[in-house]
Amino acid sequence: MAVIPQTEFQRRRARRKWMGRAFHAMCLLSVCIALGMLAVLLAYLLIQGITGISWSFLTGFASRHPEQAGIKAAILGSIYVVVVAGVVSFTLGVATAVYLEEYAARSKFAKIAKINIANLAGVPSIVYGILGLQIFVHSLHLGKSVLAGGFTLALLVLPIVIVAAGEAVRAVPPSFREGSYALGATRWQVIWHIVFPLAFPGILTGVILAVSRAIGETAPLIAMGALTFVPFSPDSPLSRFTVLPIQIFNWTSRPQEGFQEAAAAGIIVLLVILLMMNAGAVILRNRFQNKWD
Amino acid sequence: MQDQGPILQTRGLSVYYDTKKAVTDVDLDVARNRITAIIGPSGCGKSTLLRCFNRMNDLIPSARVEGQVLFDGLDLYGHDVDPTEIRYEIGMVFQRPNPFPKSIFDNVAFGPRINGFKGSIDEVVEKSLVRAALWGEVKDRLKASALSLSGGQQQRLCIARALAVEPRVILMDEPCSALDPIATLAIEELMRELSEDYSIIIVTHNMQQAARVSHYTAFLMVEEARVGFLVEFGESRQIFTNPEDERTEAYITGRFG
Amino acid sequence: MVRADFDRNLEDLVSELFGLGEMVEKAIVKSMDALQRRDLAIAYEVVAEDDLIDEKRFELEEKCIDLIATQQPLAIDLRTLLAVLHIAVELERMGDYAEGIGKICMIIGEDEPTETPQQLDQMARMGVAMLQRSLKSLMDRDIDLANDVWDSDDEVDSLYDSVCHDIFVEMGEHPKTIEAATHFLWVAHDLERIADRATNISERVIFLVTGRIGRYKPPESTG
Repeated sequence: MAVIPQTEFQRRRARRKWMGRAFHAMCLLSVCIALGMLAVLLAYLLIQGITGISWSFLTGFASRHPEQAGIKAAILGSIYVVVVAGVVSFTLGVATAVYLEEYAARSKFAKIAKINIANLAGVPSIVYGILGLQIFVHSLHLGKSVLAGGFTLALLVLPIVIVAAGEAVRAVPPSFREGSYALGATRWQVIWHIVFPLAFPGILTGVILAVSRAIGETAPLIAMGALTFVPFSPDSPLSRFTVLPIQIFNWTSRPQEGFQEAAAAGIIVLLVILLMMNAGAVILRNRFQNKWD
Repeated sequence: MQDQGPILQTRGLSVYYDTKKAVTDVDLDVARNRITAIIGPSGCGKSTLLRCFNRMNDLIPSARVEGQVLFDGLDLYGHDVDPTEIRYEIGMVFQRPNPFPKSIFDNVAFGPRINGFKGSIDEVVEKSLVRAALWGEVKDRLKASALSLSGGQQQRLCIARALAVEPRVILMDEPCSALDPIATLAIEELMRELSEDYSIIIVTHNMQQAARVSHYTAFLMVEEARVGFLVEFGESRQIFTNPEDERTEAYITGRFG
Repeated sequence: MVRADFDRNLEDLVSELFGLGEMVEKAIVKSMDALQRRDLAIAYEVVAEDDLIDEKRFELEEKCIDLIATQQPLAIDLRTLLAVLHIAVELERMGDYAEGIGKICMIIGEDEPTETPQQLDQMARMGVAMLQRSLKSLMDRDIDLANDVWDSDDEVDSLYDSVCHDIFVEMGEHPKTIEAATHFLWVAHDLERIADRATNISERVIFLVTGRIGRYKPPESTG
């Protein structure tokens, strides 16, 4: 004996069906728009800049003449600064996350700290530049150097690493911790042997995000004194420097057509470097992730 | 170290989570080289009681323990007692098998390694796996991931892991509830073998398992007024054929509530 | 209510056990009646009806085994099922003794003039009373009542001694009655066994209630 008459059922089924299809279509449309915009951007870049990529471009220094423009200094500067930022933010970020999630877990202090850290992620990046200028460049006498730039960016991306690392540490199943405590492990042994290896893929994700953000930053580095015209390679941690985004920005503000091409070529180089770094980190992460499940 | 008498004793043991009481005033003697089962309805505090024996309740910030837990006469909650030291003597196996995501070998070797063991790790691993009745099945693939084992094998691996640090007591918190019946019987068989050399305390909600496997049984109960108090303790033979307390009888004949 | 089905099954089982008890009681009374009146027709009925008693006992046994296998009984449930199992066997044996008396009646024949010893009737009445009492003690879970059955058993035993003595004397004085007398001896033996079985039933009732097998020993009192 039917509780609801047949006809009622039919109508609902039909409506559910077409709603399902409509939703599916909407999602598909969104994907197309997003990917489409990306594709257009890449196409434009490639068209504009692919001709500019040459060995002399990659190994030459900037010059007033568009045909002789090279981004060697910018590439090196970017890599050095990002490596410093990556190492510093990784170390500080992981230590902070481990402390907040393991040692101080559930304390009031940890809650307040985590809220503040999350908020720091929203601070405009130029503020970090000014902070870097004051602290690293002047107070610590590092000058407007690669090191100062790296530290400044480290501060900028630190919240990203802390949040990602914190989530990765939290995601380690409590059963593994319990199992190791039950075997007589001390707290730091549990963290070092169990939590850290398991959280590593997640931490690496955080570092990838951080580094990707850092490599594209322009304003804070200009604020702490990065150069825009660098006819030499940075040869020490304390030397002056420039980075790719700044160099690119510099070229786009020049009137000559040749510099526009150079800028596009520079963006391609930046994207390639970014992709290579990401790919490397993803490969590393996959290596560690396989052991989990 | 005494050779006679109970290996573990509780005197007036109570456990609080903040202000909520979970275990009330338990006096229990755990026999040496025997299997003691703790049974009772859900929420009666059996696991909480079990975790007092190896101070795993220390890991829960809101947990507070009152009373005494004596291990061969030594008060486990005394001032200068280090919880991590206790856990080498009193090991634990959990409800869901929790082998680390490492190789079988590294799992068993974990305990000795973090303990600073200086002898032959290979020997310890083999001995433990033999004693846990798992050696034959894994001796050719010690480097394989522990997670490639079946549920029953994983639990035996966890037992081997616990044995590797040479405890005197093994605590088991519903060790078979995540396993199929055949794996369960294998673990029960293993428990009987192990009880010749170790003292075992098992928490179980499976009456028949408690009857099959244990020498002594403690029945914990929860009422409106009291939580986690000991109703009856005695030889399992007695408890399951002719218990003294009618609450015990009501529980084991399934006529509770 | 938890385990309502199982409870119902147990209750039904115990009721059926009482049913078997009633059948056995009737058989004993009937067999003695046949003997007193030398009524072969009734004796024949008793013998035939014993098959029903046997059937009922096997039925009860099967149900007990079923419940033991499927319900994992513990404590009181386990003891109840085991008690039912044992008591059913005792009752069936008692039925066999009643059948035995019926068969003897048929052998003695309608025309046997020798008087039936009057102790036999007494023994039979006491045996039936003991059966009733032991089953009542089961119904009420009354171990004091179960204990009383032993006292009656002592009486039956002395009646047995007495009737045996009388029969032996009779055999000595009147050799022609030896055949009939031997038959009466058998009847006496059967009735003594019936009383004995009733005490076995009481034993099982005490086991059910206290978990201890054997005669209930009340706590030591002075003197």
